[in-house]
Amino acid sequence: MSFAESAMGFGLKALNRLAGSSTVDKLGLRKLAERGLYHSTRAGFAVAGKAGRSFKAAQKLLKPARLPRAADAGLFDLNPTSEQEMLRDAARSFAHEKLRVAASAADSACAAPATLLQESAALGFTALCIPEDLGGAGSERSAVTNVLIASALAEGDLSLAVACLAPSAVATALALWGNETQQAQYLPAFAGDNPPVAALAVHEAQPLFDAFALTTVAIRSDGGYVLNGAKSLVPRAADCELFVVAAMLDGAPRLFLIESKTKGLTLQAEPAMGLRAAATARLTLSNVKLEAEALLGSAEDYAECIALSRLAWCALAIGCGQAVLDHVIPYANERIAFGEPISHRQAVAFMIADIAVELDGLRLATWRAVAKAERGEDFVRETAIARQLATDKAMKIGNDGVQVLGGHGFTKEYPVERWYRDLRACGFMEGVVLV
Amino acid sequence: MISLETPRKFTGLVAQAHQVAAQMFRPISRKYDRAEHAEPKELLMLASLLDGVNAGGGGGGAGAAGAGRERTSDTGENRNGSNLSTVLGIIELCWGDVGLLLGMPRQGLGNSAIAAVANDEQLARFKGRWAAMAITEPGTGSDSANIRTTARLDGDHYVLNGEKIYVTSGARADLVVVWATLDRNVGRAAIKSFVVEKGTPGFELARLEHKLGIRASDTAAFVLKDVRVPKENLLGTPEVNVEKGFAGVMQTFDNTRPLVAGMAVGLTRACLERTRDLLKGAGVEIDYSKPARLQHAAAAEMLRMEADYEAARLLTLQAAWMADNRQPNSLQASMAKAKAGRTCVDVALKCVELCGVAGYSEDELLEKWARDAKILDIFEGTQQIQLLIIARRLLGKSSAELK
Repeated sequence: MSFAESAMGFGLKALNRLAGSSTVDKLGLRKLAERGLYHSTRAGFAVAGKAGRSFKAAQKLLKPARLPRAADAGLFDLNPTSEQEMLRDAARSFAHEKLRVAASAADSACAAPATLLQESAALGFTALCIPEDLGGAGSERSAVTNVLIASALAEGDLSLAVACLAPSAVATALALWGNETQQAQYLPAFAGDNPPVAALAVHEAQPLFDAFALTTVAIRSDGGYVLNGAKSLVPRAADCELFVVAAMLDGAPRLFLIESKTKGLTLQAEPAMGLRAAATARLTLSNVKLEAEALLGSAEDYAECIALSRLAWCALAIGCGQAVLDHVIPYANERIAFGEPISHRQAVAFMIADIAVELDGLRLATWRAVAKAERGEDFVRETAIARQLATDKAMKIGNDGVQVLGGHGFTKEYPVERWYRDLRACGFMEGVVLV
Repeated sequence: MISLETPRKFTGLVAQAHQVAAQMFRPISRKYDRAEHAEPKELLMLASLLDGVNAGGGGGGAGAAGAGRERTSDTGENRNGSNLSTVLGIIELCWGDVGLLLGMPRQGLGNSAIAAVANDEQLARFKGRWAAMAITEPGTGSDSANIRTTARLDGDHYVLNGEKIYVTSGARADLVVVWATLDRNVGRAAIKSFVVEKGTPGFELARLEHKLGIRASDTAAFVLKDVRVPKENLLGTPEVNVEKGFAGVMQTFDNTRPLVAGMAVGLTRACLERTRDLLKGAGVEIDYSKPARLQHAAAAEMLRMEADYEAARLLTLQAAWMADNRQPNSLQASMAKAKAGRTCVDVALKCVELCGVAGYSEDELLEKWARDAKILDIFEGTQQIQLLIIARRLLGKSSAELK
């Protein structure tokens, strides 16, 4: 059986399961689910970028626009600024009122509702990383703010947060590493009313994947580049108009800007254990010809990109871990066994205490790393530490969350099994999101 | 604005404390581990030096007495005060040696209790004195509400009777803060703390313990037979208030738990740094740009341990920072103590394992640190007590419901 056939096979199997799901009907989401499935079966053969716009520079920049860095007060401080609190509250409201409600159906459908994604775009979080000169709302480098927003969104649903934040990753990459031509061509669109769907594609499917030793390769040709390879778990790939793709060039990993209508790009649905609402797909590059202008940033910028994406995954893990904690506390207090709430038992209560301890450790380690990043200090070690905590502790939080609920936790009546699946991704994913 | 770096204004203090740890503690570390119960004379001069540092350092102390109430007005601004500077100093000193830090004159946990709850008259009267802390009894460990030592008012004095064990620096201190109950029938609300002068008739040193670790620090047992303590030596209010009585003495722990967490953090860092050097000699180095799964198994272990260390350290700084900013920090203090306590034992033991004989033999200090570490997950509230406190707060449970 060819890969395309097995991808189709998956689609039909999923259709069987989904068609019988009453939740889909109950929530009036059958249409959406059918649309999502249509995408994931069809995508086995899809050429990317049917809806891609033409990105044109409306203005000319003399030099790339970079956001200034905030001043360092030299104090230990855990207080977000009032602006950060306001943005976090906005993201949190959206997460609890919209994302949480849509999460289960989106997970089943392997797609996020289009209206939800539009609402998310309308909140304008992407514009924060775009300088005001290019139509954005950014006045300072705001990596800490981005972490607070990503965590808040993931409190609602991690997969949907990934779907909402995917275009921001590309905008952030352009703002941080784009040259004047690249910024003028693409960034104003991200700050506009109808921002493009875009994705940062780094991960590949091989075991022991190393973000610094990619199998996707770029070769210099005719003053430009030719790329070959495949990228995995690319979010919202079927709707993407622009990709930032990681590939080896002269033995070093680099980033390339690729508009989705470029020849040689094909998509296959790549549904996974979690991140399903992000409609993940595999992006295959066959002799993709790019111009010299497609190369984004330097080799050092690539290393920074990987570190910032790892921190973004830590931020998502914080939010999802908080969702677990907020769910198991009332559950353990209400669930009666042996004549009293299970929270009266140390075996259960200590598990919940540990969730809180490790979650706070992860949060603080992530905050430390991202604050250093924002100030332009070396943050490699701090990122490795936060990421290690996301890998080990956040997964344990997901695991214990299901355990506290027992058999109930294993069913789709409760969200903890979805968080268990989503949290596994935070420990190894590269790319996709940036802060 | 969020930042989790050591405050710039404390870098001098941290560097000084590190010098003390490296130049004074480390060289005598093994000597007093072997000579248990011998008084480290070297500490006397150091304590005077530290007194000078603390007096001139704008409130930033390196010992336990630095933690306590901030006596400045609350402006709503971010504050980095003496709770944070004290914990930073303790981390450095315990990178040097936990036992020697515990044996530092005038830096006992009793001093913390006095700093936290004494009135101004008492603060002045006990200033500059070395105060140990006596809570545990032969029949009462973690259930400190159940203590049997009694205090009976008799004229201008309280008369104390009972037995106390595990009094750190009990033999060398000038004062001992003794927990006793005014009425055993009332329970925890009747428990008060009393400052007992050494040499008070009836206050007898029974013995010194022989221990697994922190052998440089003496651990005393006392017998109290009709010990008459002046009324003015009671810390806090003499009233037995069932509503909030125990909170007074327990409040001490909110200030001291981050300090003990800091001790664990310092010891953990010592283990990690030495093991990193030894592993480097064996050809293994950590690459922070690569995930653990792509590295040598020993490097992966180091990365995991360093992650736990950093989580413990930041939780500890958070608890101290909250105290500086007058935010209630009971939950965070216990979270810091729980995480730091278990991390230092896990890390110390794993470092001995990774280094093998080099870690296990007395040639290195790693085996000593692995023995010292264990007490840090026990005293000032065991791991299990911390988890109980955390869980009760999160779940909104009383001690009668979640036992």
